[in-house]
Amino acid sequence: MGKARSAGARGRAPGAPAGARGGRARPSANPFEVKVNRQKFQVLGRKTRHDVGLPGVSRARALQKRTQTLLKEYKERDKSNVFRDKRFGEYNSNISPEEKMMKRFALEQQRQHEKKSIYNLNEDEELTHYGQSLADIEKHNDIVDSDSDAEDRGVLSAELTAAHFGGGGGLLHKKTSQQQGEEGEQPKSRRELIEELIAKSKQEKRERQSQREDALELTEKLDQDWKEIQTLLARKTPKSESKGGKEKPKPDAYDMMVRELGFEMKAQPSNRMKTEEELAQEEQERLEGLEAERLRRMLGKEEDEHIKRPKHTSADDLSDGFVLDKDDRRLLSYKDGKMNVEEEPSGEASSSESEEEEGKGSSAGDPEESDGPDSPSGLESDVESKDGSERTQEERRPNPGERSTADDREAARAELPYTFAAPKSYEELKSLLSGRSMEEQLLVVERIQKCNHPSLAVGNKAKLEKLFGFLLEYVGDLATSDPPDLGGIDKLVVQLYNLCQMFPEAASSAVKFVLRDAMHDMEGMVETTGRAAFPGLDVLIYLKIAGILFPTSDFWHPVVTPALLCLSQLLTKCPVQSLQDVVKGLFVCCVFLDYVSLSQRFIPELINFLVGILYIATPNRQSQGYALVHPFRALGKSSELLLVSDEEATATWHRRSLPLQWAGGLKAQTETEANHTRLSCLAVCLALVRRCVTAYGTLPSFHDIVRPLRALLTEHLAARSCPPELQELSRSILTEMEKQPKYYRPLVCEKSKPVPLKLFTPRLVKVLEFGKKQGCTKEEQERKRLIHKHKREFKGAVREIRKDNQFLAWMQLSEIMERDAERKRKVKQLFNTLATQEGEWKALKRKKFKK
Amino acid sequence: MEREAGPGGARRALGRLVEAVLANRGKANAVFDILAVLQSEDREEIQEAVRACSRLFGALLARGELFVGQLPSEEMVMAGSRGATRKYRVWMRHRYHSCCNCLGELLARSSFQVKELALSTLMKFVQLEGEHPLEKPKWEGNYLFPHQLFKSVVGGLLSADEDHSLLLCQFREYLEHDDIRYHTMQAATDAVARATDGRPEVPLTFWNNAFTLLSSVSLPRQERAPSSFYVKHAELSDKWKVVHLREHRKAFQQMWLGFLKHQLPLRICKRVLVITHDSILPHLAQPSLMIDFLARACDLGGAVSLLALNGLFILIHKHNLEYPDFYRKLYGLLDPSVFHVKYRARFFHLADLFLSSSHLPAYLVAAFTKRLARLALTAPPEALLTVLPFICNLLRRHPACRVLVHRPRGPELDADPYDPREEDPAQSRALESSLWELQALQRHYHPEVSKAASAINQALSEAEVSIAPLLELTAFQIFERELEKKGPEPVPLEFIPARGLLGRRADLCAQHFTLS
Repeated sequence: MGKARSAGARGRAPGAPAGARGGRARPSANPFEVKVNRQKFQVLGRKTRHDVGLPGVSRARALQKRTQTLLKEYKERDKSNVFRDKRFGEYNSNISPEEKMMKRFALEQQRQHEKKSIYNLNEDEELTHYGQSLADIEKHNDIVDSDSDAEDRGVLSAELTAAHFGGGGGLLHKKTSQQQGEEGEQPKSRRELIEELIAKSKQEKRERQSQREDALELTEKLDQDWKEIQTLLARKTPKSESKGGKEKPKPDAYDMMVRELGFEMKAQPSNRMKTEEELAQEEQERLEGLEAERLRRMLGKEEDEHIKRPKHTSADDLSDGFVLDKDDRRLLSYKDGKMNVEEEPSGEASSSESEEEEGKGSSAGDPEESDGPDSPSGLESDVESKDGSERTQEERRPNPGERSTADDREAARAELPYTFAAPKSYEELKSLLSGRSMEEQLLVVERIQKCNHPSLAVGNKAKLEKLFGFLLEYVGDLATSDPPDLGGIDKLVVQLYNLCQMFPEAASSAVKFVLRDAMHDMEGMVETTGRAAFPGLDVLIYLKIAGILFPTSDFWHPVVTPALLCLSQLLTKCPVQSLQDVVKGLFVCCVFLDYVSLSQRFIPELINFLVGILYIATPNRQSQGYALVHPFRALGKSSELLLVSDEEATATWHRRSLPLQWAGGLKAQTETEANHTRLSCLAVCLALVRRCVTAYGTLPSFHDIVRPLRALLTEHLAARSCPPELQELSRSILTEMEKQPKYYRPLVCEKSKPVPLKLFTPRLVKVLEFGKKQGCTKEEQERKRLIHKHKREFKGAVREIRKDNQFLAWMQLSEIMERDAERKRKVKQLFNTLATQEGEWKALKRKKFKK
Repeated sequence: MEREAGPGGARRALGRLVEAVLANRGKANAVFDILAVLQSEDREEIQEAVRACSRLFGALLARGELFVGQLPSEEMVMAGSRGATRKYRVWMRHRYHSCCNCLGELLARSSFQVKELALSTLMKFVQLEGEHPLEKPKWEGNYLFPHQLFKSVVGGLLSADEDHSLLLCQFREYLEHDDIRYHTMQAATDAVARATDGRPEVPLTFWNNAFTLLSSVSLPRQERAPSSFYVKHAELSDKWKVVHLREHRKAFQQMWLGFLKHQLPLRICKRVLVITHDSILPHLAQPSLMIDFLARACDLGGAVSLLALNGLFILIHKHNLEYPDFYRKLYGLLDPSVFHVKYRARFFHLADLFLSSSHLPAYLVAAFTKRLARLALTAPPEALLTVLPFICNLLRRHPACRVLVHRPRGPELDADPYDPREEDPAQSRALESSLWELQALQRHYHPEVSKAASAINQALSEAEVSIAPLLELTAFQIFERELEKKGPEPVPLEFIPARGLLGRRADLCAQHFTLS
């Protein structure tokens, strides 16, 4: 079978020359040999491939091919030795005969150079230069070398140039010519020849002595110039620097220099240095792109499309969260006529470079000086240089708050260790941070991040992801401590932002977790008591942080939308019972409005809350034109919470911002101070009302929305108990409300597209290679195609094998027949001989008998 | 009688006494000892005594050793010269009465076990007394039931001093029996009448107990003759009132009407209204008699009115009641607080029910739609998710109201013609207006609300959206749902770098708050 198969494969091999040649159908075929497959129907568009055939011809062709291949193999089946033609390229038609000859010659040469015997160690070919051993040349000192160089100049200038500029090809040529010269029968003896040569060269040497000195001078000058330029052309990698330093070119080693130039990497053309305008424009373009993306998300368009589009990941992506989003190659630039190697202002320069430059103290300008505010401060890189170990690949992040505290840190750094293991639990982080000042804490967090950068080790990503959750918890702890450490939170927010940029998934789930926690507590309280108290400052801070970390203007966002619901719950479920609650509520309102500051979305709860706040700042009376909703009550113990009736307090009040600490816990205040707080709250409330009026002015039913606000503000003005500043504010709000356009255009539905009529156009069906197998996916079609192809090929192979076997059987049969015929012939011959003998013998006997 | 220490000892002693009394009439005076223990303070002892009494009088009742008939006074019999057996029986019947009184008093004890035991003992007596009546039947097949004893039981249950809700729960299993239920209804009517008779203030506890008892009475839904009796009878007679469901209904109606005619506390009123449509109205003989109560409740305002409207609606719908101001009242109920109260789901369920008729006039539906839309401007998201589909459903049901969202070639106005303060929906000019409020809500911060409000931009689909699954939606559920949703990968991030907690200078937080 194996044999047959190989025979079959050979039979089908397209490259077999005889078959290919015989395959071409001759133009004038014998009409008796033509077989026509008549078609019963004409089908439009169907390709007919097998309508006409020449069965006799093709059978003869196949037979011929088999005779050439299979039969040969069959005949040689018992022979073990093979004749193999190992001439180079004998059967390769791609190579031209000339080329073939060349290659054969080269191979022959090569074979000659091969070692004759592996035991002969001294047979190494000696390397020569102009016929002299290279080993000898190396022993010469430079002066002799330069002399010989000068000596050679007259005679061998062509060879010399070839050596300098044309590589080593000329060398060989020279050698061979010399050999030829030696071998050839020359009239002059060798000595004569050499003497002549020497005389000639000495003469020339004398002639050019002076000229040479001039040239030397010029060369030196050129060298000097070159050295200056060299620094410009060379790439500024430390490797090349060190190499440059080591191989200091000797004054006249021009060759070496040329070689060096050849090997050294050329100064690659870098991008043109960008001007400031271009940089600004680039930044603007980036921001514009991001903004367009944001707008798209805000309107909630093409959500599905966005989901479908696969993210591009590089094949080299390690999925470690490390994204090199900027090309960190530096740009060549000049500053004050000197070259300046400037880091890109993205602040993502690798620290090793800046460090090296600092260490070298080179004249190439201070790289740190030109840094923008975003780039790392010099102090930081200093820290790192001491830090020592794994700092080379770290990303640097802008840390704006650090410079101011540089001096403090200078002192603190003395005690702090430089590497920190990432904390595995919240307690661990807390123990790391406890007892340190805020600056030290920040430093610790920063170092934890640096020591555990995801690009450094495999598990670091998970560690840092956890760190985000721990930091968030820590922030919550800071907020609930008494007094709340808001300054610390303020600094930590930056760290949280950085971590969030690195690990969006982990950060979003951590924020979601704390929000869920807060909502769960509140829900529990609502279920048991029907109402909920305002949560602690930590929840408010979490909500604010969520707004800082994630884009708040998205139509839907996995973190921001729940956060919005959380804010809404705070405003609707928590009754305002104390001044502290008012401060908290106003903070929530501010956060809420900040969330929608870009998208300008409408928040009914916020309006309700502001109405409530304005209500508790007015004396109770029968409500006119507005209705209070939960959690405010028209009457009750906190229904006049913000009412200030003290004239003196009103007079002495100055507008100022509310300290956020008050939301954490309000200190006991004197009556006047409390009144001042009330007025400040009222001022904030009015400012928020004003913001709402400007934001929602374009809403279609704006006047219905602000009707309660307007009624309350008019009441406020009528009461005249507020400080003049607030009265002025209310008045301006009222006028602004009036100014908003009052137009009511009747609503009209968008016209929907008419449903198209059913059309009877024919359905177009793609006819595939293997027939009409419709209704499946592309992969399925491909699979079916392959199956079909395999089946067809399999059938063909089987047929071929069968024919091969038939052929072989026929050959064997004919062999046997031949053998039999031979045997018969021989037997006949024998019988003939015997019969003749017998005849002769009988004749003899008869003769004898007769006698 | 020697006292032995410990409950076990007491039990043994009481057991011996009971045996003695049952065995020998001469030892009858030991009954006094048993009854004395009934008034003890110790819980265990009382329980033992109650059990002893139960055994003793149970046996006596079963044996028929108590006097049957009109009971003469004790002194008279003792003084008289009738037979000793008769004297004994009369005397023993008196002891039985005092025992029942004691047990009735025990119902007011604080210990639940004692109360429960007393109740079950009394009910056992009721059963035995029913089987072996203590009065002579006036004619053959006369229905006899221990009315006096049972009234005292029900009276004890409807105490004005203590909340008996647990005990009433226990009592509920006796109410499974038709006769007990029937007599309970009668007894309760009496008890309520007695408790409120001539008294201006009735304590809340009484109303609570009464309501618990009344609400646990539930008549069978199907029309079938009552057949399960607590007191076993050899054969049932057709002449007995207790076997007719009609009579049960009458008693039920009397009971409830007697209860509801009083000035009920608001909370009880609410609880009554909650079950009105379901378990009271269908069982009344004449449901329209409830109109007085419902109309009164309807004027109270707030949640109570809404619940009363539910009852009224059933009366109007099923019993041909005329109540012209129904929709006006409903319209009056719509104020901003409906979105914030606990019964929001119920309110919208009912409103959906009330407005489900497609034969309502267009002006009415338009007024409701417009008012709901106006209120939606103050609603939290969870309520908006209910009310917006609700409004869309109204528009679908009443094609005449579609002008509210689609008025091509309408004149441009400079004020909304709708008058929100008008109480009469007919005068509110809602049909001339448009739902601009929904247009405003398309800019709502919550994506789902925004989408729901945008439904009016297109021509509304024909099929209504079922709001039933949306009714019970709470903010927390929405929150959880948002958290569960899978977002785009990766999570979009803010590209403006953080500067600090309060954000950039332009932010409101930074303007109005400081960190220190």
